[in-house]
Amino acid sequence: MTEDMAVWLYAVTPEPAPAGLTELTGVLGAPVRVVRASGLAAVVSSVSRAEVGEEPLRRNLEDLDWLAATATGHDAVVGAVTSSATAVPVRIATVYHGDDRVRDVLTEHRTAFAATVDLLAGRTEWGVKAYAASNHSDESADVPGDAPAGTSGGAPGDVPGDAPGSGAPGGGQRSGTAYLLRRRAQLRARETADHLAARDADRVHTELGSLAVAVRRHPPQHSRLTGTRANMVLNAAYLVDDARAEHFATAVTELDARGPLLHLYLTGPWPPYSFSRIAEVTT
Amino acid sequence: MTEVASTPDYAPEPRTVALIDLLDRVLAGGVVISGDITLSIEGVDLVHISLRALVTSASTRMLADPS
Repeated sequence: MTEDMAVWLYAVTPEPAPAGLTELTGVLGAPVRVVRASGLAAVVSSVSRAEVGEEPLRRNLEDLDWLAATATGHDAVVGAVTSSATAVPVRIATVYHGDDRVRDVLTEHRTAFAATVDLLAGRTEWGVKAYAASNHSDESADVPGDAPAGTSGGAPGDVPGDAPGSGAPGGGQRSGTAYLLRRRAQLRARETADHLAARDADRVHTELGSLAVAVRRHPPQHSRLTGTRANMVLNAAYLVDDARAEHFATAVTELDARGPLLHLYLTGPWPPYSFSRIAEVTT
Repeated sequence: MTEVASTPDYAPEPRTVALIDLLDRVLAGGVVISGDITLSIEGVDLVHISLRALVTSASTRMLADPS
């Protein structure tokens, strides 16, 4: 290991590690290697510090192209490991100074890794996202022409400058008042709809959670990222016994059909990223 | 955000969403241990750094090219 290289960790799996891992290509085009200690195998790549040193890493994580390529490359290796063995996936950008440090980590956390492997064995992560189905597009169709259409989405990141009426200094008093009243009613109706959708989402989460051995809710995705104005009210991960996978998928379909307030999406199978926090499972 | 306004109110999942789903997991999930280098930027949340990158890029790239 030369001074200008660092070690990128993908996943940890009990020995014997699956064959063929060293034929994979990992992040930044680096070959994949295995580092062994304490009956565990760490799947790693050597990567240049010019890419993953502290400063470059911070910069690179803000670069969408780098982030997308690296996340995809990381996931490809993790997926290859988890498809042929039970493995604990590691968050991207977990980087060590050298192989010795990786061995230290394997040895130091060997009990916790073993407990996590026990939790993950024979189980798969599935994702379920729910969008509130309320139709917000009517709002923009109703408002006077001077109101910016973009505000009807109500995304959390909407800039304050988009406030209704801000661009209409010459607008009549009466139409302005009517607009504000109508707008207020719309917002209230929308709040109610969102509240009901959130309650339904909690119910869906509880029901699906009863079919899983572990659950985790991720923050809802920003509407600007999903490209839809519909509010995401549930973004959850479920660790499901492989024997119940079909049952789980059926339950999602049925819950989707049952409630008019929510649209559900099932994603997966995923490597168990959402359930590999060893500190949380070593109870 | 005219790009947002021009999309359907309830669009089917665009393919780029797969990337966002992945980032949910590879950034927030799998926090098994702290790396030597990531440890030093722990104070700056990885997720926030990366989401800022996504949000600023979203309207210009991802939404403009939904294919």
